[in-house]
Amino acid sequence: MTLLTVEGLGIQFGGVKAVNDVGFSLNPGEIVSIIGPNGAGKTTLFNMISGVYTPGAGKVTLAGEDVTGMAPFLLARRGLSRTFQNLQIFQSMSVLENVMSGFHLRERGSVLADLFAWPTARRRARAAEGDARKLLERVGLERAAEREAGSLSYGSLKRLEIARALALDPRLLLLDEPAAGCNAVETEEIDHLIEEIAKAGTAILLVEHDMKMVMRISKHIVVLDHGEKIAEGEPAVVSRDPRVIEAYLGAQAKDKAMGEEAGHAEH
Amino acid sequence: MRISPKMATLLTLSVIMLIAPFFFPSAYYFRIASLVYVNALAVVGVVILTGYAGQISLGHAGFAGIGGYACALAPVYLGLHPAASVVFGALASGVMAWIVGRPILRLKGYYLAVASLGFGILVSMVLTNEIAVTGGPDGMKVADLGLRSWLSERGLSLTNGQFWYTITALLLLAGAWLALNLENSATGRALRALHGSETAAGTVGIDVASAKLTAFIISAVYASVSGSLIALMNRMITPDIAGYMHSIEMVTMAVLGGSASVAGGVFGAAILTLLPQALTSFDQYEQVTLGLIMMLVMIFLRQGLLPGLASLLKGRGA
Amino acid sequence: MADFMQFALSGVTVGAVYALIALGFTIIYNASDVVNFAQGEFVMLGGMGTVFAHQAGLPLPLAALLAIALTAMIGIIFNRLAIETARNAPVVSLIIITIGASIFIQGVVQIVFGKQIYRLPSFSGDTPIPLFGANILPQSLWVIAGAIIVFIALWLFFTRTMTGRAVLATSNNRLAAQLVGINTNFMMTLSFGVSAAIGALAGVLVSPITLTSYQVGVPLALKGFAAAMLGGMGNPKGALVGGILLGLLESFTAGYLSSHYKDAVAFIVILVLLSVKPQGLFGTKTVNRV
Repeated sequence: MTLLTVEGLGIQFGGVKAVNDVGFSLNPGEIVSIIGPNGAGKTTLFNMISGVYTPGAGKVTLAGEDVTGMAPFLLARRGLSRTFQNLQIFQSMSVLENVMSGFHLRERGSVLADLFAWPTARRRARAAEGDARKLLERVGLERAAEREAGSLSYGSLKRLEIARALALDPRLLLLDEPAAGCNAVETEEIDHLIEEIAKAGTAILLVEHDMKMVMRISKHIVVLDHGEKIAEGEPAVVSRDPRVIEAYLGAQAKDKAMGEEAGHAEH
Repeated sequence: MRISPKMATLLTLSVIMLIAPFFFPSAYYFRIASLVYVNALAVVGVVILTGYAGQISLGHAGFAGIGGYACALAPVYLGLHPAASVVFGALASGVMAWIVGRPILRLKGYYLAVASLGFGILVSMVLTNEIAVTGGPDGMKVADLGLRSWLSERGLSLTNGQFWYTITALLLLAGAWLALNLENSATGRALRALHGSETAAGTVGIDVASAKLTAFIISAVYASVSGSLIALMNRMITPDIAGYMHSIEMVTMAVLGGSASVAGGVFGAAILTLLPQALTSFDQYEQVTLGLIMMLVMIFLRQGLLPGLASLLKGRGA
Repeated sequence: MADFMQFALSGVTVGAVYALIALGFTIIYNASDVVNFAQGEFVMLGGMGTVFAHQAGLPLPLAALLAIALTAMIGIIFNRLAIETARNAPVVSLIIITIGASIFIQGVVQIVFGKQIYRLPSFSGDTPIPLFGANILPQSLWVIAGAIIVFIALWLFFTRTMTGRAVLATSNNRLAAQLVGINTNFMMTLSFGVSAAIGALAGVLVSPITLTSYQVGVPLALKGFAAAMLGGMGNPKGALVGGILLGLLESFTAGYLSSHYKDAVAFIVILVLLSVKPQGLFGTKTVNRV
């Protein structure tokens, strides 16, 4: 059964169509990548699917339920989890606490129990802590558990964010440039991690600039340019599509001239 | 056994509470210390709201006013025992916080500051204007708690100062214990998470609006109980308790000491309560000093004095 | 009917003052996203400054000018020493800084000038002028004219001048504004200076009617703020309309309902507005980018 269906999704900012009429679908355990030059609207698309922006048009269906424009916390409860291109870490909390917060839905109970530290509350917290430590091990951050998250390196923060997203045990995981700013070794680690997650049955929607990685792990690729879908299909097919090559290479040449920072200005 | 930060805070606080009376030069100091504890109790509530959840209220004195006047009015009009009136006031404050906070806390930024400020001023306006009920600006008398005479009948006779010192100290300890429990619970972590990033908090399933509302209600109850204690301790109450300046003082105490931790909040409450006592001619300069402290701490020591001192000591030790 | 007119006229007068204060809020908010809780102190400084310069022997217009200039200076110093230093601080810190400034300024004025209430002579006498079957004080006309002139000047400034647009650009995106060559620090200085001057002007104009003392600022700031929110934060037109509307509401409440609770209107308006329409009458919703 299809897990995620996106139909005719679009949004405007101040009259400019940032994303227009984009559609695709995703099955459990599948890795689908969204690629396109900077400013193509990839992150905006992510933000609409994950409820950060309310779409201006179109429909998002998650496991048969219409979840268009649903608030992120409600989507989380339906098994959708994500990471952010520009990192959204709880800076002043410890690394461990960051991941524990990912277990919120499982750990939460009555506020009174939390206030009075009743045994149930302590049991919940202990369970969350144990599972969080396991996840930290999985992303290789177990030794940084007690450190303040803000003090971690960029690459470590990327992995921390993935660990936090995994804590929700999502059915669908949206990863926004998980390997950006990581060195070759770190990229490979993340690469393996993603495949592992997918193998366990989680569907993954990926935005990534590292083409080698995208081509290797994706089952299906959706190409955006100027907010519109210009192609989609298997990696081998898409990479030979003349429109993709034109949009992509043309823009990449421009990007090189403008410098890498342009990536952060896109929405 | 390693002592957790929670136990460290509670132990330090208890030791100070036990030892301090031996250094009091006169009975008057019991009263001043009680004031410190009462203020600190309200500030622990602010720590939950501002330190954990990153929200600011400029109207918490309104809840102190509700708690205080509950102790003055409920025994007269509802025939409640003063102790039950404290609980009644706390419930009323919680409900008010829910009513005021529910629509506002969906919004971000300075909205809560403004709405709570408006709420606080409305409360103090009602208390000042409804003279027939509240006695107006002159305030009204508050019934005796009755616990001290009950205790002395059973052989434990305390002076008024000692009695209130004990009561306020115990309640502050209880308040601190609850807040520290909360800090490392699912609820507390959710609050600190949304403080860090509301967007990310949403994506891990935290209902940001309802978490903020929880923090607002809990902190309102703290302010309310603190207000009740002031009323019962002074045996009288005036609308000043709900005034704008009282709200500002609460926030300032919290951020001065370091609103991120219970210890910081209590430290800030102690400093700002004791400072005016230490400087006898302070009255005229109270405002200037308070304003200056607020600006300087927020500009140069955003974490507050206690974390600032701690990192200074660590730096020396290393 | 005569009553109604009388309430309306006094409502518009008070409303014009609120509008001026709201405009001051708007300017700083537009330039820096800071909600300046010390805005009311600018009003107080304008009134108190004029009183003392006048008592010291300066003619009224000169005294007013001096007070406005001094207040503008204080606004600029406040921005430089406090707001600029605390750039990037979270909202909570900025709120506390501006409240700290408000309390500090009050404290200083109280030490220097005492706690007395002062009066400023009216600019054009105190003979009421009949208007629409009611009476209006000449000073009220001064207040209303002041609000209208400031509004028009600001509107022209923000829409017709490069500097005005630069201020708006600074608030929209500080980094982008810097990249296109806007001196954002100067824009901030300018905003605080102009905003403080407008606040001071409001203080000068209204002091002959309402009297002044070191503590008139806070309630005025809160009402100006309520007016700004009513109109829609950051919108000059909203500030003007919100101010007048709030003035009218207050005046009619005092006239027909209860003079005790006249001052409650602003706060009830804030609470209701935030629950129902937080973006105000003329505001727009913003998208939060991640």
